[in-house]
Amino acid sequence: MLYLGSHDKSNKDAEPNELQVAGKPLSVQGGNDWQARFLELADTAKDPRLQRYYQAGIDAGITNPDLKLSEAPLLSIDFETTGFDPQKHGIVSIGSMPFNLKRIFNQHAKQWLAKPRRALNSESIVIHGITHSQLEAAPDLIEILDEVLEAIAGHILVVHYRGIERPFLDVALRERIGEGIQFPVIDTMQLEARMHRAKPLSLWQRMRGKKQPSIRLADSRARYGLPWYHPHDAVTDALATAELLQAQIAHHYSTDTTLADVWC
Amino acid sequence: MEAEHIEILEFIKRFPPFNELPAEELERLAQAAEVGYFKAGSDILEYNQTITDLHVIRSGVVEVFRHTGDLHNRLSDGGFFGEAGLLRTGKVRFPVTAIEDTLIYFIPGAQFNRLYDEYEAFADAVEIEDRERLNRAVASREGANDLMTVPISNLLTRVPICISEQATIREAAEKMTSEEVSSLLIVPHVKVPHENANEEPATDNFEVDAPIGIITDKDLRKRVLAVGLSDQTPVREVMSTELVFVQHNQHVFEAMLIMLRRNLHHLPVLKKNQTVGILSLSDVVRHESKSSLFVVSSIFRQNSIEELATLVEDVQASFVRMVAEDANSRMIGSSMAVIGRSFKQRLLELGEEKFGPPPVPYCFLALGSMARDEQSIVTDQDNAMVLDDSFDPELHDEYFRQLAQFVSDGLDACGYTYCTGYIMATNPMWRQPLKVWQKYFSDWIDEPTPESLLHASIFFDLDGVWGKTEYANILNKLIQRRAQRSNRFLACMARNALNRTPPLGFFKDFVMEKDGKHNNSINTKRRGTAPVADLIRVHALAIGSLQRNSFARLEDITEAGILPPGRGPDLRDALELISMVRIRHQALALQQGEKPDNNVAPSDLSDFERKNLKDAFQILSSAQRFMRFRYPNG
Repeated sequence: MLYLGSHDKSNKDAEPNELQVAGKPLSVQGGNDWQARFLELADTAKDPRLQRYYQAGIDAGITNPDLKLSEAPLLSIDFETTGFDPQKHGIVSIGSMPFNLKRIFNQHAKQWLAKPRRALNSESIVIHGITHSQLEAAPDLIEILDEVLEAIAGHILVVHYRGIERPFLDVALRERIGEGIQFPVIDTMQLEARMHRAKPLSLWQRMRGKKQPSIRLADSRARYGLPWYHPHDAVTDALATAELLQAQIAHHYSTDTTLADVWC
Repeated sequence: MEAEHIEILEFIKRFPPFNELPAEELERLAQAAEVGYFKAGSDILEYNQTITDLHVIRSGVVEVFRHTGDLHNRLSDGGFFGEAGLLRTGKVRFPVTAIEDTLIYFIPGAQFNRLYDEYEAFADAVEIEDRERLNRAVASREGANDLMTVPISNLLTRVPICISEQATIREAAEKMTSEEVSSLLIVPHVKVPHENANEEPATDNFEVDAPIGIITDKDLRKRVLAVGLSDQTPVREVMSTELVFVQHNQHVFEAMLIMLRRNLHHLPVLKKNQTVGILSLSDVVRHESKSSLFVVSSIFRQNSIEELATLVEDVQASFVRMVAEDANSRMIGSSMAVIGRSFKQRLLELGEEKFGPPPVPYCFLALGSMARDEQSIVTDQDNAMVLDDSFDPELHDEYFRQLAQFVSDGLDACGYTYCTGYIMATNPMWRQPLKVWQKYFSDWIDEPTPESLLHASIFFDLDGVWGKTEYANILNKLIQRRAQRSNRFLACMARNALNRTPPLGFFKDFVMEKDGKHNNSINTKRRGTAPVADLIRVHALAIGSLQRNSFARLEDITEAGILPPGRGPDLRDALELISMVRIRHQALALQQGEKPDNNVAPSDLSDFERKNLKDAFQILSSAQRFMRFRYPNG
């Protein structure tokens, strides 16, 4: 996840729980019963693209909570946005990277630029290789929606911090086709928090100046011996996230881990 | 939109073999790469599994094993593996385990094979097969070496000028003048058949074959003018009959060595048994003013230890120049040995002037690397004296003790430091009559123990450099005759030859040992050239080779067929490579005004040198394994 904006660059990797505005997790009926939800949504969705999306998910088995993670088709996804609030900010680029627990299929990576409907700050923006004029020339998300939905269909999406991609896509679709989208995600940041923030720090630890370990993408990766990647673009972050999930599972989870153990 | 793969692209282009590829291929590779994470301790490749990708280490550390379980290599960021399987059987030959958390970029095998075929530089940089790559490295170096590749025939500008043995000295001198040559070949007088008229002058050119002698302008000076001989004397009476021939296709360097060794300035050159020319020292000098020649000649012009010591810088300069001119190790080793031998000879000459002629005949021996013609610039003096059996210690030892001390001090002054093992003629033990030396060798060979032979291997490389050199020949013959019959002796020598082993290879800027430990540098002599020479010596003794140079011994060994096919040439390449790394390291130190030594730090080696050196170590290792197998009871 990257925040693209004209603000202080150091803010872009800020930890989400420090953010003023963050996308709220979806409040869904039935908790994590994605199987039932997809069946229902495949039925109730009005847009044929969404109908196809849900049906593909059911067919691929990615709503089955007992599906082993090692057998699940995964797709890490990263959005660059103009801010953190899906109601106020827009998507400017999408990177996706299909993978499984053994291999990351870099050759099938995809990247899209999109022109956000909400105006960018007037200041010139050249962050992560995307220029203002490139964005001016980019299509509206609606024009690439087919491709994006086709790419993500049939995959469990993997993100680092679930507060961006799912709510932003949901809001963007509501604005454009009048209905939103729902899907399970695996959040590598949340998995990292489970490991490192299971207990709050004691008073003693806080007095000693001890801080919670950082669960930002780069810091999390470093804990697993993964190299530092320059945050070039959404695809690089999608790659970085996919690698992190492989590492987390290799270190902390058994081969029997199911989707139910890790999705949200 | 097509995604870019900046991280992968930027990474792979920094490392061989990918750094040999054009930008568009790199982009294609970055696009095609897959990625996978391996936790520390997990297997990445298992023996004999199907392999479909070249594995490039993005981060982490892996260990590569032989399928016997021996550690074969350790690799980190930028290292790659799996190429052997991809290029050959499609099966994993060397299993690989992650020893740190490791991220791998997988390059599809089809892409890899295509690049391997299309880009020579890429293929060269890829570890296909240890041996082949090493071979190429040695070959490409030799290609650049003029002296080694230029045959003698290239230096011949004219047919030899001959004269009949019956011609007078005056006629010979006139002919040399008119032909502008410094030597004439002397051919037998031919009875001219009657019908061809008997006024045919005897001095005319004959069909050139079977010369019986040679006369040079030096001979005219020394054997005619200096002694007041009549110019009407037949040349037959002043010619040199010691003709040393070279073949037209031998290298200039070999001819040069023969001239140095035999103190000859003219060598008749044969082609299909016909004399096609005469190679003179001045031809060689003109061709390549190899400074070692001039150093040798100036050694014999110095009249004291102090004067000899002033040549140290010239010796070093000639060493550096040979390295700069890309001479190979055999050539440099021989040249340095010739120089060292010349110092000894001149010192003995001076010593005999100082202390008078020797009371009984003796032979001064060079031992070890000098005897093998494998001397480097960093060397100590290993020498000994073989005295005539009429030697009486009471009467004669004081003379030889003084002489030995004089030579030893002189050598030390000239940069050949005293032998720490005290293997010098100054040691009474190594200043003994021939019969004692014969007993030494008989005891070593017939009653061997690894301990008694531990420091004795140096004596099995011996060369007479002064005096009664036939004593050295007698000892060498004794060794040749006896050693090959004594399996116990060979086994003990073999065991000692395995005492020093090469390291496994390099890891980051460290030398990696078989037990996984790291060192900051490697002693290229102790861990490289010396164990190779030791190993070759054992095989040479076993087959009764009379050669002393390791390369020459190896030729005999290969011919004898006692090594598995291909191993002889491998070992030769390995020795050449390690020797040259050592030699270049020493030349560099000299150029930088530092004291040369044998310790090479991995950070001083290029990627290319490291890879090749690692291969050379592996060849040595496997040759040692073979020796252990051949002499299991050592």
